[in-house]
Amino acid sequence: MTEFIVFAVLFVLVSGMGFVAARWRRPETMDSLDEWGLGGRSFGSWITWFLIGGDLYTAYTFVAVPALVFGAGAAGFYAVPYTIVVYPLVFLVLIRLWSVSHRHGFVTPADFVRARFGSPGLAAIIAVTGIVATMPYIALQLVGIESVLKAMGVTGHWPILIAFGILAAYTYQSGLRAPALIAFVKDALIYIVIIAAVLYIPSKVGGWGNIFDTAQAKFAKTPAPSDGVLLDGTNQLNYAMLALGSALALFLYPHSITGVLASKNRDVIKRNMAALPAYSFVLGLIALLGYMAIAAGVTPLTSNGKPDTNTVVPVLFDKMFPDWFAGVAFAAVGIGALVPAAIMSIAAANLFTRNIYKEFFRKDATDKEEAVVSKLVSLVVKVGAVVCILALDPQFSIDLQLIGGVIILQTLPSVGLGLVTNWFHRGGLIVGWLAGMSAGLWMLWEIPNLAKGKKHFGGSAYKLSDLGLDTKMTVYVGILALLVNLVVAVAVSLILKASGLKDGEDVTTPDDYTADEGDPKVHELKVASST
Amino acid sequence: MSPQDPPPEQPPKVAAPVRPRRSDHHPVNWLLVIPVVVPLLTLLFNHDGPRLGGFPAFYWMQFAFIPLGVLCTAIVYQVTKRRKGDDR
Repeated sequence: MTEFIVFAVLFVLVSGMGFVAARWRRPETMDSLDEWGLGGRSFGSWITWFLIGGDLYTAYTFVAVPALVFGAGAAGFYAVPYTIVVYPLVFLVLIRLWSVSHRHGFVTPADFVRARFGSPGLAAIIAVTGIVATMPYIALQLVGIESVLKAMGVTGHWPILIAFGILAAYTYQSGLRAPALIAFVKDALIYIVIIAAVLYIPSKVGGWGNIFDTAQAKFAKTPAPSDGVLLDGTNQLNYAMLALGSALALFLYPHSITGVLASKNRDVIKRNMAALPAYSFVLGLIALLGYMAIAAGVTPLTSNGKPDTNTVVPVLFDKMFPDWFAGVAFAAVGIGALVPAAIMSIAAANLFTRNIYKEFFRKDATDKEEAVVSKLVSLVVKVGAVVCILALDPQFSIDLQLIGGVIILQTLPSVGLGLVTNWFHRGGLIVGWLAGMSAGLWMLWEIPNLAKGKKHFGGSAYKLSDLGLDTKMTVYVGILALLVNLVVAVAVSLILKASGLKDGEDVTTPDDYTADEGDPKVHELKVASST
Repeated sequence: MSPQDPPPEQPPKVAAPVRPRRSDHHPVNWLLVIPVVVPLLTLLFNHDGPRLGGFPAFYWMQFAFIPLGVLCTAIVYQVTKRRKGDDR
């Protein structure tokens, strides 16, 4: 009971902060997407660090990564190289995105694609891909909350409904300022809990050496060939490709871009690329909680007769920590779900408003109208996520999230490469997207998971032998689908260019990509040149 | 009129080179390749020994890549950041 009281008190406290956030760094008006959806585009290094950190390292990550390590061993540790590789990889590209968005007032990645390739259709495709990839991600934040509630013995759906109702209300009111403010508390709690866990738990279960040895002994007994505390010959390539593919995908997700665009200048982004790996360190330690759970003899709780490995970390906390501290730990995970869920729903709502509603239904929508539509859509998105979890099997959301990573990667040629070059023809990008999506979905469908008794969508490691190669190695589906996408996009672009079919007009200029805080924006430029 | 505007008597074509275009190109950017490539080379670290404080090499080496990444990106940031009055 102590657990639940501590959890509830912290949760309510944070919800209060969410409502107060509307007054924090108060703007003259909240009636625009720049204010509601991007916090005024004014966040400095510290706020951005907490915001992006809170955004990328979600409750689901905290629960699912150690669950993966608990079940499969080394393969689950890919989260660490993934989050090391990502920042240097996107460093030079994100500052270009920030600059061009600052100049032109872009709110979403699809806004950029529309201007770069002169194609509302391609922009709508990018927007829909982003929304579809984000929705299950929001739903999974609920899975994170649900797993800690389960460990506290709270069952039933009403607590989740309440939690998401509160979340929806303060996101509606405060916009991006709410998660930005809450992120401070979330991260502080996470750091405290994890540092306590890695200092305290190993001493109770015989030290780190014993933790790894016990895990290895457990994996040696299982029939699965490729689990263990080290990788084997078949999954090394997949490990590296999953890390690389996930890194390429991370900043294509609309919610990551929202965090980046909310920062006030290029140096804030650069500084954060150097500072965000602090979270990777914590993530690595969190992953190792999976091994600690093995050494501590944790057995996951069951739901519908099947073991739910997402409960291993909450059960571990429950078993090792005194009640009050377990409550703090659970609150850390629960609040950890609120920050990304809020940002994701804001990002998805902005995509709908800017690239579908305004583009196709209300060309002359005012700033205020945009903000109103986005606020309402953010509510719809959250209701959708709740329905996903309550009405459908949670497994369905997990499958969708697996698919989400693969499909968001298919926006890389338009968004990621688009920031570097406008060489591609808009038609080539659309056909390439179609080819990459089809190839990716087909491969995911073909992958079984014998351990879970599933015939389809059993994972994201595709056997190269299925492509006729004489090897036992597997590769991340996302990377293969992206290759298909790129090859087709290049080929079709060449054909369309050769046939002289009209390409869209690029309204950005090379100067736009290096603009910084204090430089004039495009509408200001137009005014200046007309004098 | 903002300071960036060309003097009115000069045509814009002549005025353009007065303010050299800012660029993100810099040789130090190549440092970013190191933390992108090294953590993906599983052959480097997929070993149990030597252990460090009980951690197999697989784990402590990947933890060690985090400061490596921070170092490389921090150097690039320090060298390429905007300085006061500097309009690169």
